Amino acid sequence: MIVNEQVAVDHGLKKDEYAKICELLKRTPNITELGIFSAMWNEHCSYKSSRLHLKKLPTKGKKVIQGPGENAGVIDIEDNDAIVFKIESHNHPSFIEPYQGAATGVGGIMRDVFTMGARPIANLNSIHFGSPQHKKTKNLLRGVVHGIGGYGNCMGVPTIAGQTSFDSSYNGNILVNAMTLGLVKKDKIFYSKAAGLNKPVIYVGSKTGRDGIHGASMASASFDEKIEEKKPTVQVGDPFTEKLLLEACLELMAGDSIIAIQDMGAAGLTSSSIEMASKGNLGIEINLNKVPCREAKMTPYEIMLSESQERMLIVLEKGKEEHAKKIFDKWNLDFAVIGKTTNSKKIELYFDEEKVADIPVNTLVENSPMYDRKWKKAKLPKKNKIKKEDIKHLKIVDVLKKILANPNICSKEWIWQQYDHTVMGDTIQKPGGDAGVVRVHGTDKAVAASVDSSAVYCWAHPLTGGKQVVCESFRNLISVGAKPIAITNCLNFGSPENEENMGEFVECVQGIGEASEYLKFPVVSGNVSFYNQTKDEGIKPTPAIGGVGLIKNYKNMITMEFKEVDNLVLVIGKTEGHIDQSLFARNILDEKNGPPPEVNLFNEKNNGETLLKLIDNNLIKSAHDISLGGIITAVAKMCIKGKKGISIKKPKYLINEIEYLFAEDQGRYIIEINKKDFKKVADILDKNAVHFDELGTIIENELHINDKTKVTIDELLTSNKSWLTNYMSK
Amino acid sequence: MKSSVITFPGSNCDRDMDVALRKFGFKNKMVWHADAELPKSDLVVLPGGFSYGDYLRCGSMASKSRIMQSVINFANSGGMVMGICNGFQILVETGLVPGVLLRNKYLEFICKNVFVKINDKKNKYFKNVDNEVLEFHIAHNEGNYFCTNDQLKEIEDNNQIAINYCDENGKIEDKFNPNGSIKNIAGIFNKEKNVLGMMPHPERMIHTSLSGEDGSLFFKNLINNLK
Repeated sequence: MIVNEQVAVDHGLKKDEYAKICELLKRTPNITELGIFSAMWNEHCSYKSSRLHLKKLPTKGKKVIQGPGENAGVIDIEDNDAIVFKIESHNHPSFIEPYQGAATGVGGIMRDVFTMGARPIANLNSIHFGSPQHKKTKNLLRGVVHGIGGYGNCMGVPTIAGQTSFDSSYNGNILVNAMTLGLVKKDKIFYSKAAGLNKPVIYVGSKTGRDGIHGASMASASFDEKIEEKKPTVQVGDPFTEKLLLEACLELMAGDSIIAIQDMGAAGLTSSSIEMASKGNLGIEINLNKVPCREAKMTPYEIMLSESQERMLIVLEKGKEEHAKKIFDKWNLDFAVIGKTTNSKKIELYFDEEKVADIPVNTLVENSPMYDRKWKKAKLPKKNKIKKEDIKHLKIVDVLKKILANPNICSKEWIWQQYDHTVMGDTIQKPGGDAGVVRVHGTDKAVAASVDSSAVYCWAHPLTGGKQVVCESFRNLISVGAKPIAITNCLNFGSPENEENMGEFVECVQGIGEASEYLKFPVVSGNVSFYNQTKDEGIKPTPAIGGVGLIKNYKNMITMEFKEVDNLVLVIGKTEGHIDQSLFARNILDEKNGPPPEVNLFNEKNNGETLLKLIDNNLIKSAHDISLGGIITAVAKMCIKGKKGISIKKPKYLINEIEYLFAEDQGRYIIEINKKDFKKVADILDKNAVHFDELGTIIENELHINDKTKVTIDELLTSNKSWLTNYMSK
Repeated sequence: MKSSVITFPGSNCDRDMDVALRKFGFKNKMVWHADAELPKSDLVVLPGGFSYGDYLRCGSMASKSRIMQSVINFANSGGMVMGICNGFQILVETGLVPGVLLRNKYLEFICKNVFVKINDKKNKYFKNVDNEVLEFHIAHNEGNYFCTNDQLKEIEDNNQIAINYCDENGKIEDKFNPNGSIKNIAGIFNKEKNVLGMMPHPERMIHTSLSGEDGSLFFKNLINNLK
């Protein structure tokens, strides 16, 4: 095939990018080389629109062992233990083929984690669908949930937490973000940097097939009406092979044979070989005839661009080939020496004794395009004034029931019951709480993780929204008694070529950066997914934040269900009555404009750290952060989970009951304490200048508000639990 | 007491079972599926997971593993063999226990706590358990127990049903049946009651901070019965 500008454009490259390739090579690339460039230079692999801005994120900290740039981030959890974690998107394939798209997303992120030598110990996910009324939503939801479960369950890794939302902006582009945490010894972490000359380059895992060719390029473009034709770009997963690959890799890693290891994810053999060479400042020579292929007569182009799953590339110590092969034979996996490291600093490919590609590594990596795209700054919307007559007729109980049954608030049990969340025998906080918690196997330590996003806030004001998501992650970890350590982010946006979308990206990233800097909650890994767009319509900006924290003794973990009648319930943090962009405003008043709640980083940090002090002093019986739906929603969920009631008295300082109960001001928590501890708790809160309200007392069976409004917890439970199950069974 | 846990390719509850057995005093050995001989054991466990990826039919390929001939011989000579979840699926494929396990009635994987009623205590697995009802944990996609009417009659005549899904008070009704199993069957014995297959995972319930502690009851009792 003759390569020219049109062929390059068909590969998703821009005309000037093609000109640059010819200039760098000082010749016209052949088709295999063009394929390699298109795979390395697409948005998904090169981060060409985002790199400039991602540099601004804080990535360092006392507990950070490895920040962005490796397969995943690594943090120190003491005693020579470390946690490897990362979140990644698989949005485009999941819309085209929900089961396989979601399954391979989960498979891919687990591979990123065990590539570094860590055994995966927990999975999480953040999934976003179109309006429940949209004709595709139900099938997409079912397919994605089955896919996530199908892969994670088979791997034997518990799925411990997640987030699901519905919004019409995802009608044409759903989001599937998967996150994995792995446990590794600090001195047994593996990296992808190749080192040494003439070291054997080893291919292990599944055979290479024709699936997923151009997957990464497909994920770097907007959708149009021909999207169904893209099905062949979706990879097909085999969790069984991945389970074998996991065990085989960990077995090999127990020794000292591996110099570098990299999984074949997006852009397959291309990106894995180039990344290892680039990091080691070396060249790599590969004989493509040696690559185990699933199908006959695969061309070099197809072999290099296939995104077949469950494959790894390893640079081995010389002389260890037999030892390594034995392990992979035991696990019935392919093992092939396909090449070696060289000092050419080039990627050189041979096929049928002919050289089929010869590209300097730096042209693919350092010289890849980087764009300072135009972006538009967002204005802070004007506040709305709630009119008295709009809320006068509202009955609090009716509103509460409606909110509890809202698709974005309701119980997601239908989803997480399909995920094995207890395998590995260390899950001590299951899905449905503020964060999932697993014990560090064989120790008293536990790791908490949560995943959050607030697309509505980010859409209303990206800078504030970006900050808010980080804060929410911080709060969720604190609510279970964990000290927040670091985050991973999955940045889901529309087209970067649209100034408004790009502006949303830039400002969300700025917000994330500011909050994580202030809270000492650095970003250690992440992924950017642009082009979540169908024709001209993009999704709401949806940065998802995965937070990880440590609980030193798992016995001190906090859960959200109310524990005991007569205990006192307090609200930590001040309620200003911010209603704009709240679930109440959007769904009850049908008011979609206005600014999101303000984020005060000082309060956020101070309130959170003070709550941790209370927890350390064993003063907290239950805790829950206040987010969507405000105080009353948070309290109702604590009642439902604890099968207890509460009698609430609204403090006098806010005039309006509705504002007090449904406002979504930030930096707040509900806590339950024993009456006799009140003075101690109040002292600590006062000493740390933390505002608190006495909200009420725990009672049996009913929720009372100012002794007037009464509703049974069973009624609230029914509202909360039935929506999703009914929706999926219709 | 000596136990052996078999690891098949795709087993993923083998470690959990090892942890549980050791916790309650077993000297446990992990045994590779391709081995020919079982170590000397008082109990052999086929753990949960997705042996051979559940391809073909859950448990079918594992049932033909090299080690399984030894396991079958061991069972036929009266040895204690317990299959949990995928291990249960493997047991039905070997024919050591009757019946088959179909896909769950609502076609979805289920992971949750359930209650089971002990149907028979005249066996080494449940003898001396004080409770009539245990809270166990299930996590499976194919746990829908099915057999022919003739088989069912034989199973009932021999009192081979080990546990049934029920509510917390031991009431066995359709609404407490999580997966559509015939007669709410959650676990079943061979005729001699030395082989037990069950869907619930007692190994996941061995600490108050996990899903519960009724698994501890089960294992403590089991090791005592074997002494």
